[in-house]
Amino acid sequence: MAEPVLDLAGVSKSFGALKATQDVSLTLMPGEIHALIGPNGAGKSTLMALVSGKLAPDSGRIVVQGQDVSGLSVAQRARLGLGRSFQVSSLIPEYSARRNVMLALQARQGHSYRMLWPVRRDRSLTEPAEEILARVGLEGRASVPSETLSHGERRLLEIAVALALEPAAFLLDEPMAGMGAEGARTLTAFLDTLRAEAPILLVEHDMDAVFALADRVSVLANGRVIATGSVAEIRADPAVREAYLGEEEGA
Amino acid sequence: MDETRKEFWLNAVLLIGLFATPVIALMIDEPFYVTLSTRVAIFALAAVGLNIALGLGGMVSFGHALYFGLGGYVAGIMAHHAFSGVPMVFGLSGSDQMLVIWPVAMLLSGLIAAIVGALSLRTSGIFFIMITLAFAQMAYYFAIGWPTYGGEDGLSIFVRNQFPGLNTMQTWNMFLLAYGALVIALVLFAMLRNARFGAALMAIRQNPERVAAVGISPFGIKLAAFVISGMITGLSGAMMADLNRFVSPSMMSWHTSGQLIVICILGGVGRLFGPVAGAAVFVGFEVVFGGLTQHWQFWLGLVLLGVVLFARGGVIGIIAGRERHG
Repeated sequence: MAEPVLDLAGVSKSFGALKATQDVSLTLMPGEIHALIGPNGAGKSTLMALVSGKLAPDSGRIVVQGQDVSGLSVAQRARLGLGRSFQVSSLIPEYSARRNVMLALQARQGHSYRMLWPVRRDRSLTEPAEEILARVGLEGRASVPSETLSHGERRLLEIAVALALEPAAFLLDEPMAGMGAEGARTLTAFLDTLRAEAPILLVEHDMDAVFALADRVSVLANGRVIATGSVAEIRADPAVREAYLGEEEGA
Repeated sequence: MDETRKEFWLNAVLLIGLFATPVIALMIDEPFYVTLSTRVAIFALAAVGLNIALGLGGMVSFGHALYFGLGGYVAGIMAHHAFSGVPMVFGLSGSDQMLVIWPVAMLLSGLIAAIVGALSLRTSGIFFIMITLAFAQMAYYFAIGWPTYGGEDGLSIFVRNQFPGLNTMQTWNMFLLAYGALVIALVLFAMLRNARFGAALMAIRQNPERVAAVGISPFGIKLAAFVISGMITGLSGAMMADLNRFVSPSMMSWHTSGQLIVICILGGVGRLFGPVAGAAVFVGFEVVFGGLTQHWQFWLGLVLLGVVLFARGGVIGIIAGRERHG
């Protein structure tokens, strides 16, 4: 039996009286896409923040490749192999697409205190950056500042930055958001190939994409995981239909 | 490409202009302008230091006078003890050698900057500004209340400290030292900015959350930048004390901190030659309008207002446009 790449055990987080995350346990196995769905306010964003390290859990453990990361910072968890993309594109606005990817490569390689050699002429950064941009289809936009890229291009650059980290697991927070039908289809096909590189914990509202991609789906409602299973199982689960699809029993 | 070239030529004009001014002044026998050019070079050096924290890292330090004054007092106190022959603390003797004083000024400034930075960099925005200000004001009142080194009256340096092979009492030689230090600091700034360290630091200014998410801790990078920044400003303070042959608590006052920020903004925050352009404008105003009216700072304030409202990039930005990070 393979070890899970990411393992959450009994993770809880409250804000005052609001129990945003209650006793969540889930795993991300090698080679799989594990989708996390749930209605608005179900606690998906909080759970993402707990996994990435932006929030610290009140209780429970988060383990990445056998190492407990519950008490570690965002940067430390990233170095241990969590490559995340943001729900709302969060890039370095004045940097070109290329420089955004180069920053991630530099973080992956270390040496961010190196003060002498110009990054512009550092081929261990520029060459892989071009390759990664080509993989997501942004090769023609490498020199454009990320703030002037289109919305869809920024979404792709988010993916490119995550790719550059060569993470043990991808945490993708609504990568399809605002992509349009055509873009969403292209990205779905791309993510389908990505799972061979590293498993993906995917938070997504686009159900077509989720049902096309996910090996397993976990459904969050009111901070709890109410069901985990294959796409077919989730579709058939009455509790899920009630909580998420908004269908009453017998409707 | 065009604007990058414009900036290159503008920088060259500033660099050559700052050197040519005292040369011409000596030829037409106007030594006052040699002193003035030296002032520009030293203020520019101080602002290059601040520009690392403020311009590259987005850390609005309102307390860089602390390092400026600290450098000044290192020069003053070491010269004082060298003159009197009485040892300083722990039996260490003073020194009148710039090559001893400068490293001491830089190390001490770096040490204090590390402490101030470690305590203040966990905050941001107005809190960071206030904490840096508070530290500088503490040092300011400490200097006022310490009678051993003149207290409020300050401390005179009777004979300028020595530099091997140069007669520092000739202002032209002081200019050469300040200009040399400025050029070295500019080269260092350019290298830092273009290297991985600068890439991380400038990214933190724009989006620290993203930088953390790729695995670089913003705190360490910012602290390192803050320390380097303090060290450069500390060196400039030691030079300013020697130029004036006088150091007083006012070097540490918040006016001085504000002045350094104004120089950066006037010239262009984060731009390589912003501090040089800013220092030239600042000292120019001081002389031209200071000769006409006591209220020259009012006019400087108007210019600053204009820059902040209509030309965020300062002098460099007006001429060479926005900076590009290809």
